[in-house]
This record gives sequence, structure tokens and C-alpha cells, in this order.
Amino acid sequence: MYKYDEYDQQMVDTRVAEFRDQVRRRISGELTEDQFKPLRLQNGLYLQLHAYMLRVAVPYGTLNSTQMHLLGDIADKYDRGYGHFTTRQNIQYNWIKLDETPDILAELATVEMHAIQTSGNCIRNISSDQFAGAAADEIIDPRPYAELLRQWSSFHPEFLVLPRKFKICVIASEKDRAAMRLHDIGIKMVRNDAGEIGAQFYAGGGMGRTPMIAPQIREFVPLDQLITFSEACLRVYNRHGRRDNKYKARIKILVHELGRDEYVRQVEEEFAHLLTQPIEPPLAELERIKAHFVDPAFDPAAPDALDLTDPDFRLWVERNTTAHKQPGYVIATVSLKPVGGIPGDASADQIRLMAQLGRDYSFDELRVTHAQNIVLPHIRKADLYTVWQALDAAGLGTANIDTVGDIIACPGLDYCSLANARSIPLAQKISQRFGSPEKQAEIGELKLKISGCINACGHHHAGHIGILGVDKKGLENYQLSFGGSEGADTSLAKITGPGFTEDGVVDAVEKATQVYLANKQGDERFLDTYRRIGMDPFKEAIYG
Amino acid sequence: MKILTGNDLKSGAVVWWTGVGWSLDVNDSVDVGEHGAAIIAREEGVQNVFAAYVVDGEKTAEGVRPAHIKERIRAFGPTVRLDLRLKPSDPTAVNWVI
Repeated sequence: MYKYDEYDQQMVDTRVAEFRDQVRRRISGELTEDQFKPLRLQNGLYLQLHAYMLRVAVPYGTLNSTQMHLLGDIADKYDRGYGHFTTRQNIQYNWIKLDETPDILAELATVEMHAIQTSGNCIRNISSDQFAGAAADEIIDPRPYAELLRQWSSFHPEFLVLPRKFKICVIASEKDRAAMRLHDIGIKMVRNDAGEIGAQFYAGGGMGRTPMIAPQIREFVPLDQLITFSEACLRVYNRHGRRDNKYKARIKILVHELGRDEYVRQVEEEFAHLLTQPIEPPLAELERIKAHFVDPAFDPAAPDALDLTDPDFRLWVERNTTAHKQPGYVIATVSLKPVGGIPGDASADQIRLMAQLGRDYSFDELRVTHAQNIVLPHIRKADLYTVWQALDAAGLGTANIDTVGDIIACPGLDYCSLANARSIPLAQKISQRFGSPEKQAEIGELKLKISGCINACGHHHAGHIGILGVDKKGLENYQLSFGGSEGADTSLAKITGPGFTEDGVVDAVEKATQVYLANKQGDERFLDTYRRIGMDPFKEAIYG
Repeated sequence: MKILTGNDLKSGAVVWWTGVGWSLDVNDSVDVGEHGAAIIAREEGVQNVFAAYVVDGEKTAEGVRPAHIKERIRAFGPTVRLDLRLKPSDPTAVNWVI
């Protein structure tokens, strides 16, 4: 994975020193909160419902073991013994003290981590496929391109005060595992008819209060124009994106209001202009970055067989592992969704255990997924049983990836100052209702996502079943929706009708699964059956 | 009654106005009547507390209870981590929030 050079390290160290002084001035009274707030947000420090919250960037979700271990230590030393992995492939700490924040950032800097641009109207953490570099179905590892974009977007002077926050995703396989078309810019690495690698661009996607699926805006951008084209996309947005209304300030509104074709015309015009002013980094820089992402030293003689006589292990292998591009290896996803647990939360000990397993068995690599799980990307099949036993003993052996128990849930009103309703208790009740392996096996793939407010951090628009918490005259109420997807078949969920109480929505989800099972044909997933039979049978069961 | 809540500058902890200072316990809250804005201006001016605001509440047999669920969770702590509360509690304590 990428290693900082002297410039990267100096930038991060300088920022830590700068923020340390800003914190000192805030505590001494030299800075008011109004003056300090934008400064702390630029360093990922929010004020949430109970305390300060620090969001630490995990670029494209990739971590090494040393970094992961430190994340566990920070949870112990500066927080309350746990961290929360987010839908942006980052980690958040919920109980941070202001005067300790510079020390946390200084410790993060020692392992090439920071919290820069995890807040504010700038280009946020670049997200990617959590299986990058390991997936059998990718055409190329997308992370070098994500890293190039990270370097371009870090402290980019023109894009630090955009109309609104800006999220970019890079993938390189047909199967979209990163919700690429629900980003402000989605980039899919592709191969053209001549066999050359390039970038397919999508723009204007997003969730939030106005969900949109990004249309394709260019079929193929050559690699030596990747940054230039990205710059053109951002420039048009920065120039015309609305700053008078934060609810209409995202690029999705601009693309929608201009129309896809007019946005493309302006981007192409800007792109042609930028090509006359060479801003593209030399390809040698991309090659330098790519050298950090070469395959680890896989054992070509690694046995491909797995002993599946232990039924619990067998179930976990079926649910939580994915084919690796290298024979004899497998990708293992560690579920942070135990039955009745808090989606995305991990204790300091669990974080350190995963770090150790990454070091011992996965070539020192781990990944954070947008579904709030952790990936050990390169496990020898011969080691898999040992890894699973260690995970299981630590409460990390739940076999439920992509089932109804693998719920994405935002922190909701239990932690978030923006939320209208709690998400976590609902996730806990649903995972308990559907907790048995038999029930999960019967239902199969069902992606359920819960947001505690319209900002949609829980990705409810993209859930096969989506749940949105709202405030109804001071009481929590939950809107149910069906038919969303974040994959290659991206679609937005449709609301079923009137909302429910917390218990009522759990019952409604169960009724919906019963409709699915009664109508399922062949290998159909819940989503497939819903798309075939439509909303009416579900509504009838839920409201009838 | 009108009560005041804010956050301690250094720790970020949720605090409640007691009439003479700030407390971690909502039950120490006093009715500030129409003086909330003036108290906030004075207290934020001395830098101890920030992001303060006035909320509706009521005095009940169990103590002071904010009117809205958001402030009740502020006072109670995350309803899903009772171990992190100021005072240890059994699961039924969550009923106070709901």
C-alpha cells in the first residue's frame, strides 16, 4: 500500500502543529467558537450530541496493521474503548476531548494518518472497492488512481471551499461494491477496444434529501488525462454550483438542473481549455504510486482446498468469504454486526485483534467497507480456519455478510446532533428478529439500511429495504422503502406509504420478507422479486 | 420550565445550567424563565461553555425532564450503551427517554 513520501509527511505534521496552536488559542479565549469551528471541522473534529467526535480518514478504506493497531490504542487512550467504522470507510470516535485532539492527530501522523478533509465543503476521503487488489473480477487495482486523486485533492487551493462537500469513488470491476454511481463523481476504471486502461466518468449522484443516480458523462478518459478531466468536472461545479441554498448545493442538483448534456458540454469545454495548460502530473508519478500497490508475495503453491467439516466455519465461509484472484487465497470479510450489536462498532481489543490477524495472515493489510465491516483481503485458505477461530472467540465471527443481519445504520439520534430518530436500536431489533442462521439462509441476500435523518448517512435510499427515521411531532417515526440498490444495477428505493413506530417497522420488515418468500422464483433475491412483482403485494401485506 | 444546555469547552461534555454554574446532571437544572439568552451570552463570553441553547423541560417526580427526545438523549447518554452513562442503570431506565 501507499507509503508517505517526505512531502506527504511534512504536510500532515505541519497541519498537526497548526491545529495544536489553534486549539491552544481557542482554550485561552483568543478564538471564539465561531472563529474556531471552521478550523476544527477542517481537522475532522465535530461537535455531536454528547461530545466532540473525531472522524479519521482511511483513504479508499485501506489500512496496514500498524495503523489499525493504533486506531485501537486511540480508542482506549482517548475515547471510551471503542470506535465506529463509517459508511465512508472511515472511523469515528465519539468521546474526544478538545485539549487531547492535537495529541491524537500527532499520534495518527506517526502512522501516516490524519483527519484532514473529513469534514467541510471540500473533496472528502476517496472511497473504493474494499476488495481492490484482491478481487478476482477486477480489471486492475483501482487504488493507485484513488491515491493519485487523493494527492490531487488534498489541500487543492481551488477546491477547499466548494459549494458543498464532494465525494469521489473509484472502482475497477463490473460488480460495483462501493456504490459508485451514488457519488458526486464516480469513476470506473475500464479497458477500451484497443486494450488500453482508462477511466469512465459518472457525475451528479448522491443520496441525502434528493437522491440521484449519476449519469455517465464520459465513456473513456485516458490515464494521462485523469486529473485534468477531474479538474474540469470540479471547476464547472465550483463555478455554477449553488451557494445560496445548502440543500441545492450538491453537484447532483447542478447536473439535474443544467441537464446532463449541458453539464457535459461545459466540462468538455473546460477540459479542452485545461489541456492547453498542462496540469496533469507526469505518468511517472502514477507509476511511482503504482509501485506501492504491487501484489504481495503470494505463495504459488498455496493449497486451494478448505476443510469445511466444522459446520459453523462452513457457514462463515459461505457467507463471509469472496473469491480471490490468486489460487489458494480468499478474501475474508469480518462482520461488525453481531446479532443485537451496534453496526460498525468495534472495541479497542477487537480492533487490535483484527490488526494482528492482518499482520499475521493478510500481508499486513486490512480494509474498511462502506457497509461498516472489515476485510482481511489476502488470507491463505490453509490459514482461514485459524483466522476464523480467533475472530469467533472475540465476537467477530458472525456469518451474515449481505444478509438481513448485515445492516448499515448511521449513529442516529443516539449520537448524532442532526438525527431525528434513533437508528441503532432499530438495527438491533431487526437483527435479533432475523438472528437465526436458518432464517438468514432462507431469506438470502437482503441489504437493509437505516438512516436517522434525511441526510442518509445510513444509505437508506440504496437499501433493498430502506428505513428512514423522522421526527413526527416529537416522536420517532420510521418510513419504509423498498427496491434500492447500490450495485451495478443501482436503483433508488421507493417509499411504501405511511410511517411506523419502532416496533411497527420491525413487524413490517418481517411481513415484507414473508411476501418475498411466498413469491420468490428460483434464485431470486428479495430485490429481484420486488422488481418483478412490484410494490402492491408488499403494501397489501404491510398495510392491508 | 426553560432550561439551558451546552457543552464544556475542553471535554465537550453535555452540561446543564444550575443557576450558579454548570452540571453534568440534568436534574440540577433550574428554570431560567426569560433569561436564557442573557445567561448564554455571559457564559459563552467567559469561554467555559459553548454551543449553549434553551430547551423546554418539566419538573417531574423523577426530576427534570427535557421536553424533546433529542435533549432527553443528551441528558441520558446513548440509549444503546447504558454502561457509558454517568450513573449505572438497568435497561428499563431507557423508558425515561422514550
